[in-house]
Amino acid sequence: MGIKSPLITLMPNKTFFWFFLPTGLAMILFIGLPIISTGIQSFYAQHDQVVKEVKKCDPFGCTVSIVVDQEKTSKIREEKPLGKFNGFGTYVDRNHLAIEEIGKFWNETNSFGEFVDQVTNLPFYKALIFTLTYCLFVTPNVLLLGFIIALSLNAVTRRIRGPLIFGTILPMIVTPLVGSLVLFWMIDAEGIIGANLQMLMDDPYLSLKSSKTLTWITIIIYGIWHHSPFAFVVFYAALQTVPQEPVEAAIIDGASRWQRVRHIVLPHIYPVVTFVALISLMDNFRVFEPIIGFSAEGSAQSLSWLIYDNLVNEEVILFGSAAATSMMTIIGIAILLAPVLIRTWKEFRTAR
Amino acid sequence: MEYGLDKRSNALKIFNTTFIIVWLLVACFPFIWTFWGSFKVRADFFSRADWWYAITAFNTLLETGGKFTTDAYSQAWTEGEFWKASRNTVIVTFFVVTISLFLGTLGAYALSRSTRNYAFWILIAALIFRAMPHITLVSGYLFPFFQLQIWGILPTTIVVLVAINQPFTLWLLYSFFKTVPKELDESALIDGCSYFQAFRHIIMPVMWPGVITAGLFSLMLAYNDFTVTALLLNQENHTMVPKIQSYLGTNQHEGNLMWAVSAVVSATAPLFMLVMFFQRQVISGLTAGAVKG
Amino acid sequence: MRETNMKKILISLLFILFGTSVYADCNIKSGSINILANDFPALRTFVETAKGCKGSADFKVTHSSEHNKIAVPALTANPSEFSARIAANSSIVPLMNQDLIRPLDDLVKKYGKGIQDSQLITIDGKIMAVAFMANTQHLYYREDVLKELGIAVPKTYEEVVAASEKIRASGKMQYPYAAAYKAGWNLAEEFVNMYIGHGGEFFKTGTAQPSINNAKGVATLNMLKKLAGLSNPDYLTHDSEAIKVEWESGNVALMTLWASRSGTLLDDDGDAKITAATKLTGPATVAGGNIPAATLWWDGFTLAKNRSDADAEATFRALAHAAANKKMVADAADQAVWLIEGFKPGPKSIGVIEAVKMKAKPYPMLPQMGLMHGALGSEIVEFLQGKESAEQALKDVEAAYMSKAKEQGFL
Repeated sequence: MGIKSPLITLMPNKTFFWFFLPTGLAMILFIGLPIISTGIQSFYAQHDQVVKEVKKCDPFGCTVSIVVDQEKTSKIREEKPLGKFNGFGTYVDRNHLAIEEIGKFWNETNSFGEFVDQVTNLPFYKALIFTLTYCLFVTPNVLLLGFIIALSLNAVTRRIRGPLIFGTILPMIVTPLVGSLVLFWMIDAEGIIGANLQMLMDDPYLSLKSSKTLTWITIIIYGIWHHSPFAFVVFYAALQTVPQEPVEAAIIDGASRWQRVRHIVLPHIYPVVTFVALISLMDNFRVFEPIIGFSAEGSAQSLSWLIYDNLVNEEVILFGSAAATSMMTIIGIAILLAPVLIRTWKEFRTAR
Repeated sequence: MEYGLDKRSNALKIFNTTFIIVWLLVACFPFIWTFWGSFKVRADFFSRADWWYAITAFNTLLETGGKFTTDAYSQAWTEGEFWKASRNTVIVTFFVVTISLFLGTLGAYALSRSTRNYAFWILIAALIFRAMPHITLVSGYLFPFFQLQIWGILPTTIVVLVAINQPFTLWLLYSFFKTVPKELDESALIDGCSYFQAFRHIIMPVMWPGVITAGLFSLMLAYNDFTVTALLLNQENHTMVPKIQSYLGTNQHEGNLMWAVSAVVSATAPLFMLVMFFQRQVISGLTAGAVKG
Repeated sequence: MRETNMKKILISLLFILFGTSVYADCNIKSGSINILANDFPALRTFVETAKGCKGSADFKVTHSSEHNKIAVPALTANPSEFSARIAANSSIVPLMNQDLIRPLDDLVKKYGKGIQDSQLITIDGKIMAVAFMANTQHLYYREDVLKELGIAVPKTYEEVVAASEKIRASGKMQYPYAAAYKAGWNLAEEFVNMYIGHGGEFFKTGTAQPSINNAKGVATLNMLKKLAGLSNPDYLTHDSEAIKVEWESGNVALMTLWASRSGTLLDDDGDAKITAATKLTGPATVAGGNIPAATLWWDGFTLAKNRSDADAEATFRALAHAAANKKMVADAADQAVWLIEGFKPGPKSIGVIEAVKMKAKPYPMLPQMGLMHGALGSEIVEFLQGKESAEQALKDVEAAYMSKAKEQGFL
């Protein structure tokens, strides 16, 4: 189409700057700076707390208790408001990478199995294993299911597509908070799904909540169910942009349905597939809502759950700890996404 | 689009139909169940004795004298002040979607049309930004917001939601802009349009499916977000999700589960309208796009 | 149907607009009041009562389930967003640690008429909070089931175990016992209760060094495991709400639950037979001890330090009005066990009264207790699941606690 002018294919820096300024500003201010600040804080620990014994009285009587001595602590705090420099101290402590403990296990354990047992008993590794398992099972299934649903719905008469699309994306649009609450009751041993499963499996003591394996399976199935609509929506919208002519030409050439999907549709929506894969992987790596929703903290913990636990569950907020886990989450996601990113980079190079 | 010339085999048709029916059943059943249950009392819908209670409405009959009751709805909306939360959600959602799309389309267009290295690195940076868990981000905001005295108000939350959502919007729209052939804006530029004019008059009209998809996700985020809204809004400005959470009760104190259930059903209804409406837009956008593409 | 709903909406709108003017004015002339509180009915009643006294002061409140998370940054800012924070004995600790609340001695002297001495929380001789309600966990039992099987009301956890086994053997119930053992805060709370019942100390005296890996800790875990074995196998997912529903469905005959949740168990909704047979008693003791295996809790208000004296004064006057309000206590007697003068304990408050009589200990108000609680919640799960020994679990708890305490500067 037309004669390509080399001057025009290259968007001038100045134009780019003005186009990108608003979104760039928003991201730097509200995400970039906080990430830097979180990174800095992950290297700091609180100052030593000077405590003193005091008498404490409440409606139930008087006892001797301990409080933080404010006079002594406030001075140190004012001098160094960030806290005590700790380097990678928080990163390597027992609740994170646990370098020291792992070394100890390595020396003390007799067999490799025992060593693995000990390591997976540490909170960070326990969470990492669940997180990776979840990613591994959910992401490909979400992509596949989403694509199949998109193809299927795309072949349905237009008139009834509206309600069908709504039904399909319901799992995604209803607040996960309550979605999982309702599901949690449904899968209870006495709930509609749980009770029928018992009947189906002919096991009156079957409970999806009591064993670790079943809890993991439940969460993974929920994950696929909850995320597939996302893949569907993006694929469906992308299918709408597939040009008509090549498809028609392929039909005339006698290409099978599968061949058409493989050679025309997929290459066309390829950028979108990459996008869905990236986002799904990332979201799944940050899994956390179903753990809360299904009250599965006992059997399944993820990295994001550890962060949540440090920030929300404790009376004392462990910001340093949460910051360290957050930074490691980012690094983990970067590693996980690396193959996709390298591919994007190659495409980016060839595109120009 | 439909493959007009395609004569599909009956077997495929049957398979397709069965698949869709099964999927819809799996996708919708929990909500059909929720919808049905929202007209029952708690003892029926959340029974541990027997799930049949939710169908036979044993306790509902005892407590209210009928098989169906709308008490949960009327109480949640009035006593539970759900109307206020809905109003706030509408405001937040509207502004988040509009601003997100405005910023996102501009940025993503520039990224998709720039072939310099920095464009790629910006995309990577955006991805890393998105990897940051929201809860950590929001915890970081709290103190500065309190100090600047901008905590609790709607504009703060809107701006934060827009910013948090930008990486996703950028990537989504970037992928869509990539599917729009470059020749389209090039010919416009040759005709003497500025980049902004090409963007506004040539590219945007064929981008409807992408824009609506991005809008749908921004809407979902603003509509369903809990972390940001629960931590950054004061009670007067609470949106629906923190409100629903407050109906669930605490460890030591009983909540009002049926309010939560009816509130969820009420919150889903407007989404139905939106999806129905925009689904048509996606298709009509396509027809416009297909002609030019 | 629609018309009646519209009417209801209109009425409640009117109530919101004009309803508050009914209350008495306590003549507060200026200042601005902004309260942060948890979200449940008793606290709403309390704050509403305080609002009735606001006079011409500016009055705002935020009830939020996320109050714990918001409180510290909000009160650290200067000026603080909130002039008052309603806290409990665990959530006051981070505020004390960071020195964010002000002593109330002068204000109590000036405006604290009607507040009883027992309501005052004094630390190191200074009044830091004013309590207005109490809570604890205690035993609930099904009178009919126990009577039928000839079982006396259990007084100790050993008797609870024996009784539950007997009920199970009779074939009446498969899982006769229930308690909120949900992994995390709830489970940790059960451990704290049971460990205190065993007479255990969480820390070496005067330090933040943990000391739970001992015989008492092991005995505590073993008792928890025995009780878990008599509970529904899903016990690790059961919070207060879940076990309450178990109870209402008639699946359970003995239960440890918060006193504050007794309200709905004894009201008219649900199975009348179960409601009639539901009886409350004090918390159980364990291992021959005298102190019940339970902790006492209070809810009270504190005032922000980083806020002007005028605001603090206005806020205190409004809240003190509620904290000494006999009418509120009489009207809302069902909502809580109030510590306010004029409260007449009904059948729903038996548990708390008994616990106080038995000299139950309050939940420890130590600066590092939250960290211990957090470590317990996740590290003892594997012992209950039978994957590790009691000693190993306690060792893990101590190790997890130590890392957190080091980061927070306690060790």
